[in-house]
Amino acid sequence: MATLGELASLIRSKNAGPFWLTFDILFDDEASFERVISSGLITYQSVSEMLGFRQEDILLKVLRPALAIKISVPRPMVQGNLGESDMYAGQQYAPLVTMTVPDIGAR
Amino acid sequence: MKDTHFLERDPLAERRVRVLSPTGVLGAGFKETSLQRGVEKLPHVIACDGGSTDSGPHYLGSGQPKLSREATRRDLRLIMLARDVLDVPLLIGSCGTAGTDAGVRWIRDLCLEIAEEEDLSFRLACIYSQQQTEDLVDYWRAGVITPLPAAPPLSEQVLRRCEHVVGMMGHEPLGAALEQGADIILAGRATDTSLFAAVPLRNGMHPGASWHAAKIIECGAACAENAWADSILAHVGEQDFIIESLDPDNPVTPRGVAAHTLYENADPLLLQEPGGTLDTSLAEYLQLDSNCVLVSGSQFNESTTYTVKLEGASLSGFQTVVIGGIRDPYIIRQLDSWLGAMQQQFAERVELLYAGRLSPNDYDIDIKVYGRDAVMGAFEPGGNGLPHEVGILFTVTAPSQEQARNIAKFVSHAGAHFPIPEWKGIISSIAYPFSPAEVDRGAHYQFALNHVVTVQDPLELFRFEFSLAGEKI
Repeated sequence: MATLGELASLIRSKNAGPFWLTFDILFDDEASFERVISSGLITYQSVSEMLGFRQEDILLKVLRPALAIKISVPRPMVQGNLGESDMYAGQQYAPLVTMTVPDIGAR
Repeated sequence: MKDTHFLERDPLAERRVRVLSPTGVLGAGFKETSLQRGVEKLPHVIACDGGSTDSGPHYLGSGQPKLSREATRRDLRLIMLARDVLDVPLLIGSCGTAGTDAGVRWIRDLCLEIAEEEDLSFRLACIYSQQQTEDLVDYWRAGVITPLPAAPPLSEQVLRRCEHVVGMMGHEPLGAALEQGADIILAGRATDTSLFAAVPLRNGMHPGASWHAAKIIECGAACAENAWADSILAHVGEQDFIIESLDPDNPVTPRGVAAHTLYENADPLLLQEPGGTLDTSLAEYLQLDSNCVLVSGSQFNESTTYTVKLEGASLSGFQTVVIGGIRDPYIIRQLDSWLGAMQQQFAERVELLYAGRLSPNDYDIDIKVYGRDAVMGAFEPGGNGLPHEVGILFTVTAPSQEQARNIAKFVSHAGAHFPIPEWKGIISSIAYPFSPAEVDRGAHYQFALNHVVTVQDPLELFRFEFSLAGEKI
């Protein structure tokens, strides 16, 4: 079994403006991309459990030409408000890196 | 060699508007060789983004730019010299990072300084985007200011409390300045894309292609295989567009260009502009050669109303910080209770020293524990065991710098000797690298608006100023 970090070419998080937080999972090759898509790993529920957001807040998009999965949520705190810990929201994706990708067929 | 026989046409031979993007943000830098290669392609326009909200509310709140004068000047000078050689329009937007009036003037002054040194002459247009409070209140009372998703609550009071509010212009004000013969346009806050889409749209190029190309090149060469700060070129046509790399060591690929469409957006398929929506859901990306990617299928759907996004920032207070480290395993294993008791003592001390002058709502003492959960806060899944060392960051926010500093003084002092039950006698519990341990941070601002105002005229929120620079006009 592999982790998402091992299969992805890039996992990142960033502000999408001051009020939204977005995560990108990108792949270099179709095989890795298809493996993760067909594994059923990334769902509204799994994202909710792994990152701690409510399912109804999650926007989940697959962009095939980019071999990318995108997860977006309203930013838990408006960027720069008192208590800000990550101005660029660049270090919020860590739990995704070690997610285990189930083998194909094992849902 | 290009091998596009499968297309039954040569896309690069068609009528296209060439847009040169020197770098992702003015001041980030670029290779002179890349810019020069871009100039040799004879672009019809040079456009560069001067800022964004990405670095936080400080720049909109204070009106100060994020990047240095030296870095900004270096880029601006080379770009102005290129413009002069080509004699094409140069558009720079979101000047001074936040696009305030002060930001536009800052770039204008740099621009005129360079013009004099290099003996350049041109028609200059400045387009200001800052909004007057009373005008905003009028729009608010008229009911035409509406929230975007995840907007904070808005009221007249919130509008009045903003230090600066800017409206994000679309391509229309830029087009109006071009219509007046402007060679260099320095704009306040503008959508990143409008700077790059303005000239293609003005020349009747495909709107979907114009806006999507703009989205790809607004970060410069970030869409290429190596995300260096560098120049890039778009050829915008009547049905599609081409992205061309200007550095042979940095190719562009269909996947890379498609991936950049989703950078910093919540929704990569539907991208809002003031006058409509860019729909990239049917876009197709094709490698023409190692330097070029052809993109087709993007559509721009005009909306019936025209909405201008407002950005505003208000002052939340002044800050002083204290940073230190902890190495004692006994303290590290009881941080929650230890820090909780410390916060309790801080509250009592403020009450004692500032009785009647500061209520609990007036100030804030934030504590972050690096090595445990400082970066992710409540979202930290944890489960990694105890670290052998942690960093502690106290951030004090109060109505004045003096109050913040004075509160920070007893934070650092109390924190330094805060006891744990295991040790009998006075301890020094926090390792401070500095004396004084307190460091003033200055003013702290917060974003206050995520709203749009519906207007009748795309130009009505913006002010124009035309002038001539240099001798020979």
